[in-house]
Amino acid sequence: MSELAIAVKNVGKEYRIGDRRYNSLRDRLTDWASGRYRTKKTERPANRIWALKDVTFDVKQGSVIGIIGRNGAGKSTLLKILSRITRPTTGRIDVWGRVGALLEVGTGFHPELSGRENVFLNGAILGMTRQEIASKFDEIVAFAEVEKFIDTPVKHYSSGMYVRLAFAVAAHLEPEILVVDEVLAVGDAEFQRKCLGRMNTVSREGRTVLFVSHNMGSIAQLCQMGILLNRGEVVSVGDINSVVGTYLNSSVYNQAESTFPIDNSKTVQVTQLQVLDDTGRLASELDASKPFQMIVETLAHEDARGTINLALTTPDGTRVCHSVCADSIKAYTQFAKGSSRRFAVTFPGSILNEGFYSFMVWVVPGNSGVYDVASSPLFQIQIVSSAESFVGERKKQRAILRIPLVWQVDKT
Amino acid sequence: MQKHVQHIDIKHTVIDSTSLSGLRFWELWQHRELLYFLTWRDIKVRYKQTALGVAWAVLQPVMQMVVFTILFSRLGRMASDGVPYPLFSYAALLPWQLFATALTESGNSLVSSQNLITKVYFPRLVIPLAPVLAGLADFGVAFGILIILMVWYGVVPTVAILTLPLFIMLALLAAVGVGLWLSALNVEYRDVRYTIPFLTQFWLFVTPVIYPSSLVPQRWRVLYGLNPMACVIEGFRWALLGRPITSYSMFLVSFIVAAALFVSGTIYFRNREDSFSDIV
Repeated sequence: MSELAIAVKNVGKEYRIGDRRYNSLRDRLTDWASGRYRTKKTERPANRIWALKDVTFDVKQGSVIGIIGRNGAGKSTLLKILSRITRPTTGRIDVWGRVGALLEVGTGFHPELSGRENVFLNGAILGMTRQEIASKFDEIVAFAEVEKFIDTPVKHYSSGMYVRLAFAVAAHLEPEILVVDEVLAVGDAEFQRKCLGRMNTVSREGRTVLFVSHNMGSIAQLCQMGILLNRGEVVSVGDINSVVGTYLNSSVYNQAESTFPIDNSKTVQVTQLQVLDDTGRLASELDASKPFQMIVETLAHEDARGTINLALTTPDGTRVCHSVCADSIKAYTQFAKGSSRRFAVTFPGSILNEGFYSFMVWVVPGNSGVYDVASSPLFQIQIVSSAESFVGERKKQRAILRIPLVWQVDKT
Repeated sequence: MQKHVQHIDIKHTVIDSTSLSGLRFWELWQHRELLYFLTWRDIKVRYKQTALGVAWAVLQPVMQMVVFTILFSRLGRMASDGVPYPLFSYAALLPWQLFATALTESGNSLVSSQNLITKVYFPRLVIPLAPVLAGLADFGVAFGILIILMVWYGVVPTVAILTLPLFIMLALLAAVGVGLWLSALNVEYRDVRYTIPFLTQFWLFVTPVIYPSSLVPQRWRVLYGLNPMACVIEGFRWALLGRPITSYSMFLVSFIVAAALFVSGTIYFRNREDSFSDIV
């Protein structure tokens, strides 16, 4: 197993942002007509950012690599280059084998088509032949557990069913190299376990897997090797446990907010996630005894109706709790095209124990599917004052929750 | 052992900043199943979403024919070269509808499939091609009405009808050529989307759909051939209704123009293809 599957050499990707001189043909034509076109080209360099800089690493055949880093570190850009969706600006990548990319579940799913029709369509989009899909069809449907509804249009599916079916198709892709973005985040815990199991099988068959996730638990469980990216550069490569350790201990992750780039392809997207302390300030370190707020800001690219799901998780992926906005306000939220909305959730104090947490947000439509998924950076809950404690913190067993329970002791 | 077997057919690819050269039709051939599925999706969704379903494909050209007949033949006394006007206009509306729908849908196709472009790799040419092929299904259904009309008016086609596929090909070639230009431009310049309806409307007036091409003076015929659709419609009326061909050089010009549109459109599209996922 010493042969290489992927060799990445000095890869960089530059994006021009903001200063797009010509958004319309009209501008371009008027410029051209007035003879300014040629001079303008050299006038001033556009605003450029390097999403990836000088990235070099090798991946051996059959290995499972986890790519970690906070939002905007370049993980998605790297996956897009590996799956040939976009081209690098500099450098070169050698790939030995077919690459199957899974950057989103249900790409190309059409709400009007039935589950059966979508399986074939989605399979073809992901690069499977009709024969391949037909031969795996029963397996896919069984994996997704949607046998009864396979001939129903997917617009009538619950979001859970939708995601399960979409993932099931992708999970049955059989390329030599599988590239997976954070798609496991959707779906319930049991289905997540099933997917991880499936990916484990895939890697045992000798396939190479590149895996991006915020879920340190599944990364550590699944991968042997890790790559840590920060601001487009490789910070650390090596054994997965040491890379995860570097990530958790470095200060790069410790930010109280994350912003997400505008993506017109999403109906409703998350633009910002924040953690605020009880005084309303951005904070990445919180007092365990005080309440804190989680803020979700969304931007709609189409008119839509839906709600926000939020889950609080520990770095190893354990869900502490899950909450749905519509359950609380007893209504779906209207998202108007072009406008943003802000959701605030207050988490009471004296419930969480000290440690690292993050929250994950799904924007889901009223019917089925998922508009967007986003995870917040990790934040730290600290025990600042132990006034309520009698024995002191050191004598306690660690647990996720730290609820002040009331005891009664028999008198005699 | 299994490891050994796998290594035999392993494919080596290089990903770097240089664009792949050539038109890579081979790659398109490899993705023919995807083209099939996208076409199939377009047809299926169109017929599922509308209440009228398949009838829609028939209703549109028939209604247009009725309106044209009342407006131009009954009220406007438009000449139709001795052919009953409904048949005269319907035989032109058929290829026109095919062309105009194909052009519009493929011109908007890249922008409306941005979720595919930013999430999966495949030759992007598949995207503007699928709606053109899907348009052929509508054409096939609407063609049935033409046959009924021909029987009704007792028009018997000559052997010339065998050349009909040639003119359909010409219409598709021109539609794909313009569609490729528009779809690629549309990604970069979003105002292109708004010029498409204007373009098709203008194009309709310079094409002999409503009027006979005999209205165009003989010495302008060759120039008229710069519009490939003029040739397509002349060809349809010749092949189906037995109208005489007025100018062979016009046909030649049309074929050259359509081929030029197709080749230049493909080259332009291929050159811009790499940047689609970054700017769409």
